[in-house]
Amino acid sequence: MREKEKRFVVTFYTTAEAMAMEKLCRERNLPGKCISAPRSVSADCGIAWSAPWEAEAAIRQAVEETGLEIQGFHVLML
Amino acid sequence: MIYFDQAATTIQKPACVTEAVTKAMCRMGNSGRGVHGSALDASREIYDARERIARFFGCAKSSHVVFTANATESLNTVLFGLLGAGDHVIATDLEHNSVLRPLYHLEQNGTQVSYLRADRQGNVHLDELELLLQPNTKVIVCTHASNLTGNLIDIAAVGAFAAAHHVLFVVDASQTAGIFPIDMRQMHIDVLCFTGHKALLGPQGTGGICIGAQADIRPLKMGGTGVQTYLHTQPAEYPVRLEAGTLNGHGIAGLNAAVRYLEQMGIEKRRKKELALMRRFYEGVRMIPGIRVYGDFSRERAPIVALNWADVPSSELSDALWEEAEIATRPGAHCAPRMHQALGTVEQGAVRFSFGYENTEEEVDEALAVLRRLCR
Repeated sequence: MREKEKRFVVTFYTTAEAMAMEKLCRERNLPGKCISAPRSVSADCGIAWSAPWEAEAAIRQAVEETGLEIQGFHVLML
Repeated sequence: MIYFDQAATTIQKPACVTEAVTKAMCRMGNSGRGVHGSALDASREIYDARERIARFFGCAKSSHVVFTANATESLNTVLFGLLGAGDHVIATDLEHNSVLRPLYHLEQNGTQVSYLRADRQGNVHLDELELLLQPNTKVIVCTHASNLTGNLIDIAAVGAFAAAHHVLFVVDASQTAGIFPIDMRQMHIDVLCFTGHKALLGPQGTGGICIGAQADIRPLKMGGTGVQTYLHTQPAEYPVRLEAGTLNGHGIAGLNAAVRYLEQMGIEKRRKKELALMRRFYEGVRMIPGIRVYGDFSRERAPIVALNWADVPSSELSDALWEEAEIATRPGAHCAPRMHQALGTVEQGAVRFSFGYENTEEEVDEALAVLRRLCR
């Protein structure tokens, strides 16, 4: 397994919102990728968005501006 | 074959639709089930379809576009999810059994149902809505066009009435989605039910529900969603609230391609041609002695002509059209019992001709010639 690093993770209630997040980040050139929601922050088996922790402010701003419905923001070692 | 059964399903799908389905079947995983490439391909395709369909129908949120197998599943989900004992719903005589049978069932369990009556021309009179309104009226449900006569209902007017009286407005767009422009916001539509395989040109097994902000629909089905696994109830959020089990991702990919095709081509161009073909057929057929045409041709309508000849059962005339000239039409009752009662055609049924963009004037003229030969 690779070495863990600090990541900014966004979780969602639905797959549709996760896809909306991916599209939003691609449009705004924000970094990140879809990952399986980590068990430590979500008991679900859904999709989460994982970005370098440095992108936290930009991602929070994008979510706020667009009204995207999210479950939560987390900073994790993944 | 001359195919005049477009109201049942369209059979000449654009190449981009079949290509999209084939491509999806070769690479697509299960949407929302994991983040490997194939699963994400499916999630992205379905999300793109939600966004496109939301734009197409003026639905405020793409997450409020729910996919189903057809309009019947959409209407069952919506009617059982909104209505219960003590509620009152207004429907019309133009409705298909996909609305009527859920309402008959709900009626047995304590929902009150009233119908806006149709006259012998198959028209409803919207000023009678006021008379049907009750303090417990929760929903008005109506079709945009009769699948039997092609008569339209002015859904913008019904929507304005519903909004003024704080009643939810549910529209069955089975016969009009892809032909007539529908804008949920402008028309005050709370819930729009559609099928993918008719004028939207998508595959059979696709359909959906577009839901406005006011409609709180209880789930009809419960099961796997790929999210919120340990919750004992169906998740509260749309679209998974109404989408249990694996979606028809392959079909939705085809539907997405079909709506993209319609966006690029423009539905006005298609509608104009379909209505011109319908009008050409109507003007010819009404001159044939003994033929009765049903519906109102004095106003805007869907591209459908329903008729009978003398007292010949509709099944016999429809079968003769097929056997003599391979002209495909639909006889019988068309799952529209109240419409036939209003028209007085319960015993005879009617032969329905329905027209699509891919039909031609030559096909219309050929059908008229065959009818002139048969109906004497």
